[in-house]
Amino acid sequence: MKSEPRESAQSLELKVGLAEMLKGGVIMDVTNPEQAKLAEEAGAVAVMALERVPADIRREGGVARMASLAVIEGIQKCVSIPVMAKARIGHFVEAQLLDALGVDFIDESEVLTPADEAHHVDKHGFRAPFVCGCRNLGEALRRIGEGAAMIRTKGEAGSGNIVEAVRHLRQVNGDIRVVQALRKEELFARAKELGAPVELLQYVHTEGRLPVPNFAAGGIATPADAALCMQLGAEAVFVGSGIFKSEDPAARARALVHATTHWNEAEELLLASRGLGEAMPGIEIETLAESERLSRRGW
Amino acid sequence: MTKRVGVLAIQGGVELHARALERIGAHALRVLRPADFDNCDALILPGGESTTIAKGMDRLKLWEPLGAFARSGRPLLGTCAGAILLARESRLQQPLGAVNGLGGVRQHPGTLGLMDVVARRNAYGTQVDSFAAPADEGAIPALAGFRCVFIRAPVFEELGPAVSVLARQDGRPVLLRCGSIWAASFHPELGDDPRLHALWLGRAASQARPAPPPAPHP
Repeated sequence: MKSEPRESAQSLELKVGLAEMLKGGVIMDVTNPEQAKLAEEAGAVAVMALERVPADIRREGGVARMASLAVIEGIQKCVSIPVMAKARIGHFVEAQLLDALGVDFIDESEVLTPADEAHHVDKHGFRAPFVCGCRNLGEALRRIGEGAAMIRTKGEAGSGNIVEAVRHLRQVNGDIRVVQALRKEELFARAKELGAPVELLQYVHTEGRLPVPNFAAGGIATPADAALCMQLGAEAVFVGSGIFKSEDPAARARALVHATTHWNEAEELLLASRGLGEAMPGIEIETLAESERLSRRGW
Repeated sequence: MTKRVGVLAIQGGVELHARALERIGAHALRVLRPADFDNCDALILPGGESTTIAKGMDRLKLWEPLGAFARSGRPLLGTCAGAILLARESRLQQPLGAVNGLGGVRQHPGTLGLMDVVARRNAYGTQVDSFAAPADEGAIPALAGFRCVFIRAPVFEELGPAVSVLARQDGRPVLLRCGSIWAASFHPELGDDPRLHALWLGRAASQARPAPPPAPHP
């Protein structure tokens, strides 16, 4: 052992550091090595290893768990970009397995069936960083308090409908603007209302942003959807079913990467949006029963 | 005079470099196109995913313009993924598994070949092996004790004779220089220490580019 102050991957700074390096990129859901290669080839900044994409989880029902080790390891072996994987909300042993496997990011995800209805995973002790979904500022800060190094919108996974991701992005950013307008002594009561740690709320008040990167996820199906999220303040995007449930996954994957780099240039978005074939079929959120809405999971 | 420093904004740690530059009184510009380079006194290739950034460079046709920028003698700094792109060659720590007969060899990003060094990608491991540690004693004095943050970092190997080592960590070279081009396998933009940015911009600039002759008085 060296005597110098060496910090390991458990340090929040190193976890947030990786999240910073993913900014401006597209993280793509993949279920096998062929899809992972296609994603890397298209310019994905990371892949999310899954047993089934959210649209199939929704269609097939049943309990959705962490992907099998064979799926995750198969994907880790065939790409050089970061590999993420999902654990069930509160299932800290699935998270331990993913950490031991050396995945680059763990998504404690509402897309899988929650394992605990009261507690999320205590994310501080892990070497792998965590990303968690949120619908508003209070939920974002609770997850960050538990150790999340990246926040994403919940959106409505597997729906091909961007409306929930837009709602969550606007809500979080609107909540932040409200907090910025408060006086310092008003933050204590606001923290209580939001159910958020007051130290984190004080950070938001001073800095005007979350202490960790804020990405968009859930329902992104087109390059325009990705750019919409970026223009609303997301710093990168996750695309789940939107690629491999579309007519031409390779072209769509490249187009989503293109649109996420050039999110604020209409001419480039036009180029990215041409000749992609059919997008994934979408679902009107109102037609989903309350129990079918994945974004309602977690708290 | 305020220096205008471009940060290549395809993807990655653009914002943190911009913040570090503002802290030392430089003006940071997000750049994406060759025409943008003309406005820059210096340029940073940030960290991120080297494959993603390289594919963006293909699409934007930036390879030749970046080479031309380097040849103009203006300071160029690559950090982590950016350093990989500057190298003569990038290699993977382990060969990738073949899928449908497609081996891993094609997967490497091309590199600019501006620095005579091989960058071995992800040489320390995955994110769970990321770490931070101070530079070894013996680094250039202006960077003594600099805290180096390594995130899925590459390792520099097979350094050519024109490449000098400005800092090491655990005996490995982590900060390299070749003329006005600097490469760091770590992330100087993470943390609150702007010394490396200041040194690169000041020192590399003054050595590579003599001050222009004074304008004639009317």
